[in-house]
Amino acid sequence: MSNEASEAIVEDIALENTSPRAFLDVRDLKVHFPTDDGVVKSVDGISFALERGKTLGIVGESGSGKSVTSLSIMGLHRTANDRKKKRGAQISGEIWLDGQDLVTASQEEVRRLRGEKMAMIFQDPLSAMHPFYTVGAQIIEAYRVHNKVSKSVARKRAIELLELVGIPQPNTRVDDFPHQFSGGMRQRAMIAMALVCNPSLLIADEPTTALDVTVQAQILDLMRDLQREFNSALVVITHDLGVVAELADDIMVMYGGKAVEYGSAHDIFKAPEHPYTWGLLASMPRLDRERAARLTPIQGNPPSLINVPSGCAFHPRCPYGAVETGGRSDTEIPLLAATSPGHLVRCHMDPARRREIYTEKIQGSL
Amino acid sequence: MVTYIIRRLFAAVVLLFVISMITFFIFYVFPRLGGQTTESLASQFVGKTQSPQAIEGVIHRFGFDQPIWVQYGRFIKGIFLGYDYDTGTQMAHCYAPCLGYSFKTNTLVSTSIAQWLPVTVSLAIGASILWLIFGVSVGVASALRKGSFIDRAGMITALIGVSLPVYFVGPLLALAFVVNWHIFPDPDYVAFTSNPISWFTHMLLPWIAVAFGLAALYARLTRVGMLDTMNEDFIRTARAKGLPERTVIFKHALRAALTPIVTIFGMDLGFALGGVVLAEQVFNLPGIGREAVDAVNQSDLPVIMGVTIVASAFIVLANLVVDLLYGVVDPRVRVS
Repeated sequence: MSNEASEAIVEDIALENTSPRAFLDVRDLKVHFPTDDGVVKSVDGISFALERGKTLGIVGESGSGKSVTSLSIMGLHRTANDRKKKRGAQISGEIWLDGQDLVTASQEEVRRLRGEKMAMIFQDPLSAMHPFYTVGAQIIEAYRVHNKVSKSVARKRAIELLELVGIPQPNTRVDDFPHQFSGGMRQRAMIAMALVCNPSLLIADEPTTALDVTVQAQILDLMRDLQREFNSALVVITHDLGVVAELADDIMVMYGGKAVEYGSAHDIFKAPEHPYTWGLLASMPRLDRERAARLTPIQGNPPSLINVPSGCAFHPRCPYGAVETGGRSDTEIPLLAATSPGHLVRCHMDPARRREIYTEKIQGSL
Repeated sequence: MVTYIIRRLFAAVVLLFVISMITFFIFYVFPRLGGQTTESLASQFVGKTQSPQAIEGVIHRFGFDQPIWVQYGRFIKGIFLGYDYDTGTQMAHCYAPCLGYSFKTNTLVSTSIAQWLPVTVSLAIGASILWLIFGVSVGVASALRKGSFIDRAGMITALIGVSLPVYFVGPLLALAFVVNWHIFPDPDYVAFTSNPISWFTHMLLPWIAVAFGLAALYARLTRVGMLDTMNEDFIRTARAKGLPERTVIFKHALRAALTPIVTIFGMDLGFALGGVVLAEQVFNLPGIGREAVDAVNQSDLPVIMGVTIVASAFIVLANLVVDLLYGVVDPRVRVS
């Protein structure tokens, strides 16, 4: 690490293990997949904390590790000690949910928590729902795994939930099959299914990606309202900065399996400091901008997760690294360091210089 | 759903008519196009004592001297209403469904088929239960333990099963279990009604012989289907709900993986009911398939016609049942 002492630098927040645990507290999570070509480091040491009633947005390109993160919280990876698959995921680190570490918990313990304490909303509700069972049957099933109630009680609960998520005529629609629902209604039903056991952690993996633009806003509104009502912790995983702008209190930007910037929504949108975050913001279409202005894509491709670039994983695509860091960015891995309280950035550039570049070159073009 | 059933039923009836027409043309019209005269056609029905009078009589009795469409109409009328025929010595009535009269065996075709059918049905139903149960369970076990010893052993056995024809497996089984070890009785057919236990011991080897190859096929199909469905998003959803793995596999994955199996099972069963020719031949079972081969060898046209109609009726019926069942299994089919 450098010898700059100007700021109160906290080396990778994963290392500070003494703080009281948040409701969802992920520490130095690593998810590696051994393959014939080498180890795929999908998630390589990420940490974050989330309280009930708050929303964390995880943002990044495809392959940045955001979905893998969510699946490992849910315990949905086949792990290496699973005899059914010789080569499952190797998960290390800690995932504390309400005081219980999910990484060391048994599969059966995690299964009991799934759906009950933590639930997940998936990207494409058509393929995520079983085509041969009615929407109601699928919600009832989710409720009855965790609650010893009769079918009729569970059915009432399912209808109640469908009404809550805004399905018209829930009494009859409960017996429809997923293909009889429209895309937006399916995602509503999916949300109803996730919420049926009143989970305190809700993970939404690209909840609006498969939906019509007009429906996207409705679903986001719904999720925000329901989160307030249920006081649940919400993790929203998306590549769409518009979605996190709508929902998130905190945002983690991921790149190549690592967090590159982590802070409040205000930090990320109003004072972003990582060149990758700048790139994401610049490539986002905005209605309040002239149409003539072209969007700026980030050059190059997402990094290979087997042969991660040396130094800063973003350096091959970074327009500033080579010039501003004197070559450090392609040899030395930068640490995630605080630039202001609660705002962490993984970049070798001097914080003052980053802010300078942002105000001079970036801010105006966003 | 009701209109769907009616539409499928109607299509099935039309299909049967078309099949009967094609069969009729193949056996009664094509020979003429190939240069056969009414006399040479009739001579096939006369038997050993060929005399001009006998041939003349057959031509008249069979209506070979009448236009084709009248002959076909008579054939169809027989199926629905029955008709009177002249055996040469007396007049008799053939009740519906009348498939004609065999002058080679001097019996009604429908009577003969009624005799052979229980044999074929015993063989087909028993074998189908075996191949379905074994095929699907081996397939599921292989898929769940992909790459394991069970998977490999199962798939190698399946490969052998698919590759070996019934006329190899059948005699091999008979040689081992009947000739060498005397575990099972000599191949023969014993009616279920006369002695159920004897029926079972006589049928077991034929069942295994028929089921082996098909079970192998089903095991491979089930395995692939299961592997595919286990990667589906809705399986991940089922796990995310916190369902026990057993429920995920049997209620969610198997349900989806079995849908295509239902289709081919219906077809295979229908096909088997139309005569398991090789197995019947190997195990000396007087079923529809074996008798049809005999009829072909002896150019017994009414029997060939009758067996073809019955066998195709089974296949059409099986397809119909599959279509209807598919609506039950896959709700997405119902709406359209």
